[in-house]
Amino acid sequence: MKRVYALSDGNSFYCSCERVFDPSLIDKPVVVLSNNDGCVVARTPEAKAMGIPMGVPWFEIRDSYLKAGGKVRSSNYALYGDMSRRVNAVYERFADEVEVYSIDESFLDLSRAPDPEAHARVMRDTVLRWTGIPTCVGLGPTRVLAKAANHLAKKRAEMGGVCDLTDPERRAALLATLAIEDVWGIGRALSARLAAHGVRNAAQLAAMPPKSARQILSVTGERIVLELSGVHCSALEITPPAKKGIAVTRSFGRPVTTLAEMEEAVRTHAVRAGEKLRRNGRAAPHIQVFYFTSRHRNAPQRSVSGIEHFPVATSDSMALAAAACRVARRLWADGFIYAKSGVMLEGLIDPADAVPDLWHTPDPRRAELMRAMDAVNMRYGRNMLAPAGVTYQRPWSLKQDLRSPRWTTRLDEVPTVMAR
Amino acid sequence: MEMMLRGAIPLMQVDPACLVPMMGAKVCAGFPSPADDYIEEALDPSRLIITNPVSTFLWRVTGCSMIERGILDGDFVVVDRSLTVKVGDVVVAIIDGQPSLKVVKRRAGRLVLDFANKAMGHLQLDETSEAIVWGVVTWSLTQHRKLS
Repeated sequence: MKRVYALSDGNSFYCSCERVFDPSLIDKPVVVLSNNDGCVVARTPEAKAMGIPMGVPWFEIRDSYLKAGGKVRSSNYALYGDMSRRVNAVYERFADEVEVYSIDESFLDLSRAPDPEAHARVMRDTVLRWTGIPTCVGLGPTRVLAKAANHLAKKRAEMGGVCDLTDPERRAALLATLAIEDVWGIGRALSARLAAHGVRNAAQLAAMPPKSARQILSVTGERIVLELSGVHCSALEITPPAKKGIAVTRSFGRPVTTLAEMEEAVRTHAVRAGEKLRRNGRAAPHIQVFYFTSRHRNAPQRSVSGIEHFPVATSDSMALAAAACRVARRLWADGFIYAKSGVMLEGLIDPADAVPDLWHTPDPRRAELMRAMDAVNMRYGRNMLAPAGVTYQRPWSLKQDLRSPRWTTRLDEVPTVMAR
Repeated sequence: MEMMLRGAIPLMQVDPACLVPMMGAKVCAGFPSPADDYIEEALDPSRLIITNPVSTFLWRVTGCSMIERGILDGDFVVVDRSLTVKVGDVVVAIIDGQPSLKVVKRRAGRLVLDFANKAMGHLQLDETSEAIVWGVVTWSLTQHRKLS
């Protein structure tokens, strides 16, 4: 069977979530700020058109941006997490397999759809109608091509949000219009190196002999080139760009019905996510945990997600695991057969930029411990050394001045509708 | 921060403590009824009022324009975005950027939005007004006794 992958992601996802419940933001420039209102982490096209760069410190643009009529919100991860869960639940209806890649991006397996492009368009319309979130979908025989197709769908309005690169002829024509730095996994440094060899667009990159690709780009680069030419590489693992965040999700090997098993699952996810964080040199300001039942099983359905903020952004596996267990426990209800769980880390920052907290000074020995743990696992294999027990301390709180209400997760914060 | 614990909206989940088991027999002293071996599955009110959890959201009502449809000031309404609008529906409509509850009617062959409160007359929209339907109200919840 011919494989068809889709990459679907929310357009300006955080901003779109804000717009669903606050129509006054529609058609206006909107930006969403990182934790503690540090810098811009999401922008609508209107804000991009005003020249607001990604990641710019908020205080630098505040006055001129607001004067020009721009709107701003603190990040509201309770809302984004819930909307993400809903969007993925729609994907589950359309795809055989959904791999949550980050809070706003998922890979879908659409191989069994008779007409994948038409299927993707119906899915996109359904997501928009059911959740209010606009998305773009890229289709291709490999994940790298699905990602490239997604990029094209975003850039070219005439495609109506869906770009299909499964057809080789159409693919060759469209890849020629895609710059190599926009190819998944090819950074700025590699682009410069490739340009020196006369490779400037994705079609040229796809046509490179694998051997020379390996010489210039190393093994990962060679796999990217292979995938770009339509050859599926199952070993390919590309971590999302640091700013995007980290997601670890797994379907359970067997149904999970007890809290103890669920805690073990999310603890394992959290430890794995911690490894990825440290490998990328990032720290997470909060952790999101979700789990749900299988739609294909004729049994009561349940899908939950929750979030916990850290007083100081952390990459400590033990802190992540403890928080993940607390959230899992808080969300728990007996009587359901759970099929899948995951943790997501978003809004990642450089640990050096973490705002210190007077009351929660992290123990410096913990960082040493994590380094030692990573070194042991690197040498003797994954999970050779892992945190065992976790403590259940009280969670903490965070200041976010411009945050919108938690419209979908708090009874006392649901939106108000006028009957006047 | 007890984010999901206290405030969770039971759209997708119900605290097991809220489930109402249906018993086969009345409570009686002495021998238990043999019918009590046949306790039914617990009733789950959220399954009654929410058929498509993915597309269902709660809104809080403020104002009295819907009283003839039994929707009162302070009620919660359950809104499903996946339904196609039909004549007679109560909807959350976004009119010029403002969310409001309206009834969908057919007048002179056109679908129009209106109040459900005679004292308010008919809704008159300007030519320039923009209205879109956000979702269809499927249930409204009125609290008749404040619980501490």
